[in-house]
Amino acid sequence: MELVINGDKVEVPSTVETVTNLLQNFEVDQKVVIVELNGTILEKKSHQESRLSDGDRIELVHFVGGG
Amino acid sequence: MSERYSRQELFTPIGVDGQAKIRSKHVLIIGAGALGTGSAEGLVRAGVGKLTLVDRDYVEWSNLQRQQLYSEADATNRIPKAVAAKKRLEDINSDAEIESHVMDVSVEEMEQLVNNVDLVVDATDNFDIRMIINDISQKHNVPWVYGACVGSYGISYTIIPNKTPCLACLLESVPIGGLTCDTAGIISPAVQMVVAYQVTEALKILVEDYESLRSKLVSFDLWKNQQTGINVDKMKKINCLSCGDDRTYPNLAFSKRTKTAVLCGRDTVQIRTPNPIERDLDKLASILSQQGKVSQNPYLLSFTKGRHRLVMFKDGRVLIHGTKDIAEAKTLYHRYLG
Ligand SMILES: [Zn+2]
Repeated sequence: MELVINGDKVEVPSTVETVTNLLQNFEVDQKVVIVELNGTILEKKSHQESRLSDGDRIELVHFVGGG
Repeated sequence: MSERYSRQELFTPIGVDGQAKIRSKHVLIIGAGALGTGSAEGLVRAGVGKLTLVDRDYVEWSNLQRQQLYSEADATNRIPKAVAAKKRLEDINSDAEIESHVMDVSVEEMEQLVNNVDLVVDATDNFDIRMIINDISQKHNVPWVYGACVGSYGISYTIIPNKTPCLACLLESVPIGGLTCDTAGIISPAVQMVVAYQVTEALKILVEDYESLRSKLVSFDLWKNQQTGINVDKMKKINCLSCGDDRTYPNLAFSKRTKTAVLCGRDTVQIRTPNPIERDLDKLASILSQQGKVSQNPYLLSFTKGRHRLVMFKDGRVLIHGTKDIAEAKTLYHRYLG
C-alpha cells in the first residue's frame, strides 16, 4: 500500500492496516504524536480503529524535548 | 545608531512603528543552550528593549558546535551560560538591557520571572519545565513559543492564551524518555531552523501583528528533506485543566516541583536544596581539596573524585556528573556535602 506521509509517497508493508500499526512501523510512541488523516486530526483513542487505504494523506508531527 | 535598524524598518510589516514597539518590549528566554543562544542573539540584534535570560548550567566543549554565543575560553573556564551569554549579548548591542540569572527554573522562580514580560521563548530541554511555562503563561496571560530539536528534526508552536490550544491540550501526557541531544545528537542547522521559527513568531508578537502568526504546529527534518504543519486549532479543549473554563493549573501544584533532575543526555544528575541557600565556595574548596581534585571560578566549584565530578553552584545546586542514577547521585551529594 502506498501512503502520502508528510508530503512524501511511502510504500508501507501490508501488515500496516491501521494508524496504530503505522506508528508501530515507524517506531513512534503514539503518546507524543499528532496524526492528521486526510485533513482531519485523529483523537489518540481512535488510532486503533482508523483503517488506512491506498493513497491516504497522513501528516505526522511528533513532539521532542531537546533544545 | 539610527542606521542600526534601517533594514528591519524597511521591512513593511515591521516599519518604524514596529521597531519602536520592539524597543518597548521585554522577552524572557528560559534556557541558554542551543535554542536560547540563537533566539537571544536574534532578538537582541533586532533591538528588543529588555531580555531576561535564565540558565542553570555552565559552558562545556560539547556546546561550542551549536551554542552560538560561547567561546573556547568560556568552556575552558566553565563559565555559567547565563554569565557568558550576557557578556556576549552586551557586546553585540549595548542598547538592549540584558538581565541574566544562573538559576534552575521551577514554579517559584517562574512566578517571579514572568512579571512585566511580554513574551516567553521556550529554549528548555525537557517537558517538566515546559508544562510549568505553559501554566504560567495561561495564569499570567503571556504568550509563549514552544521550540525543540533533536538530530536533524525540529518542531515549534506558538501559544496565545485565550486564543490557541495550550501545550496540555496538544499532549495527553508528558513525553518522557525518548531521544535527546545527548543520545541522538544534533546538527546546528536544525537548531537554526527552530530559532528562525521562534524569533519570527516573537517579532510578530512584539510588533502586535497577531494576524500574521502561524497557527500550525510545524515540524521539519532537514536531513530527510521533510516539512509539515498541522492546524491544531480544533484541539483546544474546553475542559483543559491548564487553559479551560475550570482551570486549576495542575503543573503549578506543589507536588510537581521536582528537586532532582537527570539532565538531557549528559550522564548528569542535578540536585537542588529544598530551600535556597548561598554556598560558601571558598570554605567548601578547602574542605574538599583534601579528598580529591578541586578547581574553582567565581561562580562554581568543581570537585573530581574517581569517575565522578561534582559541580557546586553558589545558589546551592549541585551537578553530579558520571551518573544517571538519582539514588547514586544523592549518595554522593550527602557523602561530600552533608
Ligand atoms: Zn489547554
